[in-house]
Parts: sequence; structure tokens; C-alpha cells
Amino acid sequence: MGGRLKIHVDQEKCQGHARCKALAPELFELDEFGNAHEIGDGSVPAGLEDKAWLAQSNCPELAIEVVEE
Amino acid sequence: MSDSARATPDAAAPEMPDHPPVTDWIHDFDHTDPRWTEDPFPIWDQLRAASPVVHTDRFLGCYLPTTYESVRQIANDTEHFSSRRVIVRDVRPEITNTAPPITSDPPDHKPAKQLLLPPFTPDAMKKLEPRVRAICNELIDEFIGDGKCDAAARYTKHVPVRAIAHMLGIPEKDGDLFIKWIHEILELGIKDEASLMRAVHEMAGYFAIHINQRKQQRTDDLISTLMDARDKNGEPFSDMHVLGSLRLLLIAGIDTTWSAIGSSLWHLAKTPADRERLLAEPELMPSAVEELLRAYSPVTMAREVMKDTVISGCPVKAGNMVLLSFPAANRDPAMFPDADKVVLDRKENRHAAFGLGIHRCVGSNLARMEMTVAIEEWLKRIPDFRLDPAGQVKWSEGTVRGPRQLPLLFGKAG
Repeated sequence: MGGRLKIHVDQEKCQGHARCKALAPELFELDEFGNAHEIGDGSVPAGLEDKAWLAQSNCPELAIEVVEE
Repeated sequence: MSDSARATPDAAAPEMPDHPPVTDWIHDFDHTDPRWTEDPFPIWDQLRAASPVVHTDRFLGCYLPTTYESVRQIANDTEHFSSRRVIVRDVRPEITNTAPPITSDPPDHKPAKQLLLPPFTPDAMKKLEPRVRAICNELIDEFIGDGKCDAAARYTKHVPVRAIAHMLGIPEKDGDLFIKWIHEILELGIKDEASLMRAVHEMAGYFAIHINQRKQQRTDDLISTLMDARDKNGEPFSDMHVLGSLRLLLIAGIDTTWSAIGSSLWHLAKTPADRERLLAEPELMPSAVEELLRAYSPVTMAREVMKDTVISGCPVKAGNMVLLSFPAANRDPAMFPDADKVVLDRKENRHAAFGLGIHRCVGSNLARMEMTVAIEEWLKRIPDFRLDPAGQVKWSEGTVRGPRQLPLLFGKAG
């Protein structure tokens, strides 16, 4: 395993498909228009790494970045 | 009906060209050909193998992107591709009766879309879910004793109609009227201008009555929500804008989900292994719904080419239409391994069933909820079912694909 993961939703790309919220509700929240944002500063708590990658690999707009810190 | 509903179309129907049978799919495709209607998948495979973008002279000139990548490029390119016409037809009439935001381009698109987004968030759909579960069970009660039914006519059609009527605050019993308009606009309307215009006028008259009623007294429903909404300058949207958005919700919200639920039940009827797996592992439902959406995406959208450009290496000329086939993109093996196989627990699934880019389906969360609930309630009440060999499955013609006749037998075979 590498370091801790951090996620970020690119607001220019997000179109509100909400797939990330369905797959990883612990990591993403939706605004009033249904567009997704990372919760807090995007740090992925231990044990939720797989969910972060799963959300990223199901975003139709390629809007989710996952980086290892 | 109001006067406007009875008004005759203002233009006489132009003469429609014939649609001779297709003999060369790659250079002369026709999405209204009966073979396309019955089983489009091998045709798309053939076209995709030939080119990422193919063209036909039919429909006054139309392209079809065949790969996920070419569909993605066009969906994200609002500079060269306009949404002002979103149905590919034999004629290109003047642009009237718009349905914002689906027929809007930037910069008008965003405010029109933001008007509609809040009522359709996943949280808003959770509040609607109990009513949809009840609708499903009311429908099943009507036919479960018969041991069989045409699921397209008795079940899959009525779930979205009643759900959207409930949301809009109009009588659920008016559903048959909505179904008639949708048939006249989306299926007959491809080749019959008069039918389309008649339906559009009737629908306008119908909603004008409901808008006027709410001018006297607001009600707690989506029509009132749209009337109370304000644009960024604090102004209400015009009656015409509200009417257009209601037209969109009705047209886009019904036969699409009708098709998606129908194709899902069709798949489960003919694939006992998948049915048994869903019964044994109900926690698979979210990924199963996404996979059924991918494999049987109902909706093909359209664009109009405004400026010459190049897509996936293929020149694309202004003046032509584009059939933006999300269903074909979702069967592209370069994007989805085993693209023609339904894998209920598919892990990576960036399917484009609800579109890509700024025109992402505003009702996607509603559609997902309706599909999930309709399949779950059906499986609870009718866990074993199969296609009725004495009947025939019939598929819709046009750009929304799903079963319009789906005869099923209940219980175990044998």
C-alpha cells in the first residue's frame, strides 16, 4: 500500500451523474443541483481506499481525481 | 380542451420520402428500418468495425458516431454541435416549441437546467420512492392472478407515467393521454408532421389549464415549483418556458423509463441465471441497474452540425444531423470488456446511458429509482417468470428503444 489517498471532484467536469455518491457516500456529497463534491478536504479515511478507486472508475465524466499523498 | 388544444397545425404536412429497405448499412443506414428496431446490436458492430463515424444521405443527411470515444467527443463539443433539434426526422421544420434545457445550447442552457435540477436530486427521489413502490404493487395486483401478462402494457408503461403525474401534481388517470402524445411525437412524428403538431398543440393546451389553475392557487407540486422559480435576475420564467420544460419532463420522463424497465424485465425473463442471482443477492441491485442501463440503454439523442469539424479522424460537415447513439457507445468493446455480455456486478462502468457532458439527463436519479423499485417489487411478487412462447415481443421504433409488447408467463417452467 502507498500513502493515504486524497480525492477531488473537478467542478468543471462534474455533471451530476451522482455515481460517486451512490458508490461511496462516505466520501462524496451532493449540492442542491446534484453535483458532487468531496467531503471535507478529500482525505480518504483508512479502509475506504477501494471505494475511492471504485467511484473514480465509474465517473462518466472523468471528473474525479485520486492522488496518493 | 382549450382552443389552443384544438387548433389545427399551422403548416400542411410536407410530403414524406419513402424509406426503402437498407442494403448497405455502412453508407445508407436508417434507424427506422425494421431490422434496426428488432436487433440493432449486430448492425452497430458492423458500423463500428467500418468507421468511428458513419453517414447516411437519409433524413437530409445524418452521421452516426459508433464508438464511445466519438460519442463522447460530440457530446462535449457544443461549439460544433447544437441541441436545437434533438430528433432526427425526414424534415427540418422551423425551430418552434422548444423544450429547454434539452434543446438549449450555452449560454442559455445552464440557467434553464438549474431550474430543473433541485427537484430531481437523489434525496428528492427518496421522498417519492414510497409512492412509486405503492404504484408498482397496485399494478401487479391487477394481473398477478392471471398467471401471465403483457408487462409492457400492464406494468412498465404505467410506472413512470404515474410517477411523473404524481410529481407534477396532475391526475394519475391522465396517463393514457400522455402515452398517446408521446407515441404521436416520438414514433409517428418521425415521418408524420401532422401527428406531431397535433400532439404538441394538445399538450400545450392541457398544461396551459394546469398553469392557469396554479395562478389562482399554488399547489405543492413540480408545476408550482417551476412557476415560483426565479432566474439569476430574480425574474420568473415565462409561461412559455415553464410549458416547454413541462413538455420536456413528460416526453423525456416516460417512454425512456418505460423502455429501461421493460428491457430489464425482458433480460431477466430470458436469463434465469441473472434472475436467480438477483433473488439470492439483492445487494447487487445498484450495480445490476447500472449494467442493465449500459447494455440496454434506451435513449439515442441528436445534434445538428453547425460548423465543419473532425471527429475521431472523420470529417463532419455542417448542415447534417447526428444521431448521438449512447446505446452504441455503451456496447463499444474498446470501452467495456465483454460489451455484449450483461455482467450484473460489473465493477468499472462509465456508461453513457444518461448522456455525457452538459446535457446529462436531468431525470437520471428518478429513472434509477423507478427502475430499482419496479424490478425489486416485481421480483418480490413474481420471482419466477419467462417469455410467453405463444406471444411476441415488439420493440419501439425510433430513438427510444424498449419493448412495447412483452408477454410474460409467471411461475416455473414445466
